[in-house]
Amino acid sequence: MPAAPSPSLPPSLPPSLTAVPPPAPFAEPGRTIVDVRNLTLTYQAADHPVYALSDVSLSIAQGDFISLIGPSGCGKTTLMRVIADLEQPTSGTVLVNGMTPEQARLKRAYGYVFQAPALYPWRTVERNVTLPLEIMGTPRAERQTRAREQLERVGLAGFERKFPWQLSGGMQQRVSIARALAFNPDLLLMDEPFGALDEITRDHLNLQLTQLWRRTRKTCVFVTHSIAEAVFLSTRIVVMSPRPGRILDVIDCARELPPERTLDIRESPEFQRIAHRVREGLMEGHSYDD
Amino acid sequence: MTTDRILPVAAMSLAILVLWYGGALWLNGPQAVEALNRLGDGWGTADVVRQAFAMKRPILPTPDQVAVELFQSLTGTPVTHIRNLLYHTGVTAGSALTGFAMGVVLGVVLAVGIVQVRTLEASLLPWVIASQTVPILAIAPMIVVILGNMGFTGLLPKAIISMYLCFFPITIGMVKGLRSADPLALDLMRTYSAGTGQTFRLLRLPSSLPFLFASLKVAVAASVVGAIVGELPTGGQAGLGARLLSGSYYGQTVQIWSALVMAALLGVALVAAVGVAERALVRSGPGGGR
Repeated sequence: MPAAPSPSLPPSLPPSLTAVPPPAPFAEPGRTIVDVRNLTLTYQAADHPVYALSDVSLSIAQGDFISLIGPSGCGKTTLMRVIADLEQPTSGTVLVNGMTPEQARLKRAYGYVFQAPALYPWRTVERNVTLPLEIMGTPRAERQTRAREQLERVGLAGFERKFPWQLSGGMQQRVSIARALAFNPDLLLMDEPFGALDEITRDHLNLQLTQLWRRTRKTCVFVTHSIAEAVFLSTRIVVMSPRPGRILDVIDCARELPPERTLDIRESPEFQRIAHRVREGLMEGHSYDD
Repeated sequence: MTTDRILPVAAMSLAILVLWYGGALWLNGPQAVEALNRLGDGWGTADVVRQAFAMKRPILPTPDQVAVELFQSLTGTPVTHIRNLLYHTGVTAGSALTGFAMGVVLGVVLAVGIVQVRTLEASLLPWVIASQTVPILAIAPMIVVILGNMGFTGLLPKAIISMYLCFFPITIGMVKGLRSADPLALDLMRTYSAGTGQTFRLLRLPSSLPFLFASLKVAVAASVVGAIVGELPTGGQAGLGARLLSGSYYGQTVQIWSALVMAALLGVALVAAVGVAERALVRSGPGGGR
């Protein structure tokens, strides 16, 4: 196998990105996009029931960037999969754009970015990005234009004809983000998209993601293990704890941190203060008795 | 690079030749001694070797005898002539390929049915497996007789026997292949609310191709066996099976062996052709395979 190209990340987004297509017309800011009420999800393991989620309530507004953080088994991924209609709750209600998750899924209300890039190895990068458009019946010419647009937006112009295995892990994950953006959903659900990447690549992608979010004003839900990542990206951080999976704390970052963020912000006292509070919350929820 | 490849192949060929000549001496030796004894005394070891390697109806003909017979039967008469071995190879290849094509259709249809319809898996799969426990040598004459009664002679009965051997590996491989799709990739299809047909065409089918081609190689080799077995009960009209049969009637071991070598070459050529098709169609990684 030829050596994968090094993750040559542009220091900032290409200038062409200043001319983004007009953002999807959104209603008055603050409109609730995701409304989760008293959500409980249990499933039967070999000998005992597992409480994946217990009485979780959360409201996500238009343009929010929400991070779900917590140790393994706290139900953060499960919560997101319930919002995406990939998992069925035991009780409680979830509304996405005022619809049930299933209706929202059928209307293609969200784009989902998985932990692994999940690119199809037999398709070129461009044809991976056009996949959702193909399913949704977009005409061929428009599919190509939109795929090129999104690939440029994630800094991968010129890689259209490559196959996924010719790209580094970070580049592959950016392709999967471009794929989620291709059909222009208002809501982006991201499940630890950078979890498997090295820290340097991760920093770059965080920077790109926050710029992308600021330009498109899409509502984002982001699952992560990393405190720094959560504080850097979010408007609000939801701290969760396992056994049973529940919400411990919701921290508002938008008030103390500016919407426009660079990596330097991580040195600021405000950043440190929020990170400290997240860590406190995680410690509190972590039971060491097992 | 080339010497790396040629050397092992050459060493292996040499070893086979040495074993073959040794075997010929061991098997034909007693007959040779008998023949020399009838002629009188005064013969040495060299005479035995010469005699054993040049018998008209040896138990095991030597490679050079087979090679000479092959050359004569390939060039002695025009290709369309009944005495030309290539003509017989063509007849066998024709029914093998027809049976292979039918087997591919049957195998793929069964696999798709088994994967898409739950009840078919329970009801059909045991029969598919049971069908292969019936010895093909026992069932082949019956197929020929029954189809002959219905007015089908020539290529079709042989092709059906080939198909009978072919479809099984294809069904088994294809069922496994269609189920091999990455769970994440399946979830992705669900988030796009793709239909069953779309998921099948865009995900399940492409991810089954590497499995399908592995099965196709097994099946195409089996199709040659099926065609030859099908030619035996027809009474030796044409085809490599007919040559084997008439060779054994008249004790023409050299003819039998040259037909065997031809059948082996045919099998190698067909498997290689499937390999070429695989490289053209399956693009899933640096080496073509995953």
